[in-house]
Amino acid sequence: MDWLGDVFNFDDYGALLWLVRNSVLAGAVLGLVGGLIGVFVMQRDMAFAVHGISELSFAGAAAALLVGADVVLGSITGSIAAALLIGAFGARARDRNSIVGVLMPTGLGLGILFLALYPGRSANKLSLLTGQIIAIDDPGVVRLIVVSAIVLVALLLIWRPLSFASLDPESAAARGVPERGLSIAFLLLLGLITAVSVQIVGALLVLALLVTPAAAALRVASSPPVVALLAALFGLVSAVGGILLAIAGSLPISPFITTISFLIYVVCRIVARVRGKVVREEVAA
Amino acid sequence: MTEPALRICGAALGFGERRLWSGLDLDVAPGELVAVLGPNGSGKTSLLRAILGLQRLDAGTVEVAGMPARRGRARVGYVPQQRALPADVALRARDLVGFGVSGTRFGLPLPSRRERMAVDRLLARVGATRYADQRVGRLSGGEQQRLRVAQALAGDPRLLLLDEPLLSLDLQHQRGLADLLAAERSRGDVGILVVTHDVNPLLGIVDRVLYLAGGRFRVGAPDEVLRSDVLSDLYGTPVDVIRSHGRLVVVGAPDAGHVHHDHPAEGVS
Repeated sequence: MDWLGDVFNFDDYGALLWLVRNSVLAGAVLGLVGGLIGVFVMQRDMAFAVHGISELSFAGAAAALLVGADVVLGSITGSIAAALLIGAFGARARDRNSIVGVLMPTGLGLGILFLALYPGRSANKLSLLTGQIIAIDDPGVVRLIVVSAIVLVALLLIWRPLSFASLDPESAAARGVPERGLSIAFLLLLGLITAVSVQIVGALLVLALLVTPAAAALRVASSPPVVALLAALFGLVSAVGGILLAIAGSLPISPFITTISFLIYVVCRIVARVRGKVVREEVAA
Repeated sequence: MTEPALRICGAALGFGERRLWSGLDLDVAPGELVAVLGPNGSGKTSLLRAILGLQRLDAGTVEVAGMPARRGRARVGYVPQQRALPADVALRARDLVGFGVSGTRFGLPLPSRRERMAVDRLLARVGATRYADQRVGRLSGGEQQRLRVAQALAGDPRLLLLDEPLLSLDLQHQRGLADLLAAERSRGDVGILVVTHDVNPLLGIVDRVLYLAGGRFRVGAPDEVLRSDVLSDLYGTPVDVIRSHGRLVVVGAPDAGHVHHDHPAEGVS
């Protein structure tokens, strides 16, 4: 089991943990916010849009890397542009899917082009696709935390009208909920948190934090506050757990995060199924 | 209460060349239930949208409890046409009703005691307390419809609008919903406007009928409007209203826009 010793090495773990404490904190905030926003991603059927935004975010980050600009800023620019494009052209679900379908390969293609032109280290290149949080310097990490916190507060402030408009659109429109404005606001928040996720888990794996935790929570709970709390908890456990495991060894962070969030999802499905069986038997009895 | 719950004056609406109706006048008093009838495409849903302020009229005015119709007025409660919620949506019965109480409010989503009590009262008012904590998607169409009425009643509206509330309900649930509407009608403080393709389940509680057809309309008590001569005149083609075992059936009514296409039979449409 030599390879296991390479993957996990808990010598000096405390010192290592201290070094990456900001990354852990960033992961915690991102996991929490990602889980919460994921509830709306599921309700508004936007998982595909998230993927589209993340690819453009990747292109923005790659462009920033190439011209020597700030990578986080480039990443945010890319995802905000994607969010605005989707908001402008994809009001209806079908239009949205086609515009995302067009944006996604375009973003990925541009990103790969910029990376190919970039003369620097190749490790930086791959990390944009598959995650890199430990490679980010401390001021960068602090910025990720600030952006996540802004998204969290804004999301909480629009929570009720956004739920109303997402789950009961016709009544919400009749009661004067500003659906169009909320939809754009939500896309912008989604863009910001996607840009943060790209920095931590990479463009290809963003869904592991923005969709999987919420999807798992929706399996086991039917009360909206419980769903929100569980989704936030699942996201937090996946992100922090992934980082804590990864710093003990030589593997990148994202496979740990995706595996943990996937396992949580599987457990939730099993719980839901067992519970469904029990309910059916009670009804039958 | 002298002020009408709803006052429509000289309203006209059309899309392109097609005129849905014009010169439409209608007052609905508090405690009155008016059924809006007419074939598909006669502009029943557009009328509701105009009252909700979601649709501009070509001419005329709509006032709800003395105020011009505008989007998002709390004085109007609205039950949209039934769209069954998927079984896996994480929404309990009380949450759907809660949208009516606090769904439009921005700010931290911390439910207050007063809001919870308002939701409980509304659930009790429509007889939905028993399944208050169940997932909406698991409830029957009739149960969901009661919740939508409860949501619409939040904020004590002066006018209740229902768009095809009986659609896809079985007979028992149709009767249950009619009883609920009868109870709201007899409270006397809310005017009720129901768009329906079948007036039969509501015949006992309908005060007046607004029948839209062929770009024209007729308002009056059910017995005055739902007659062969009146509807023949409205449609401009011979139409029979048949009474059978206390039910009304309109035979030979064409669809709006398809005047030559003959429908063999339908409920009072």
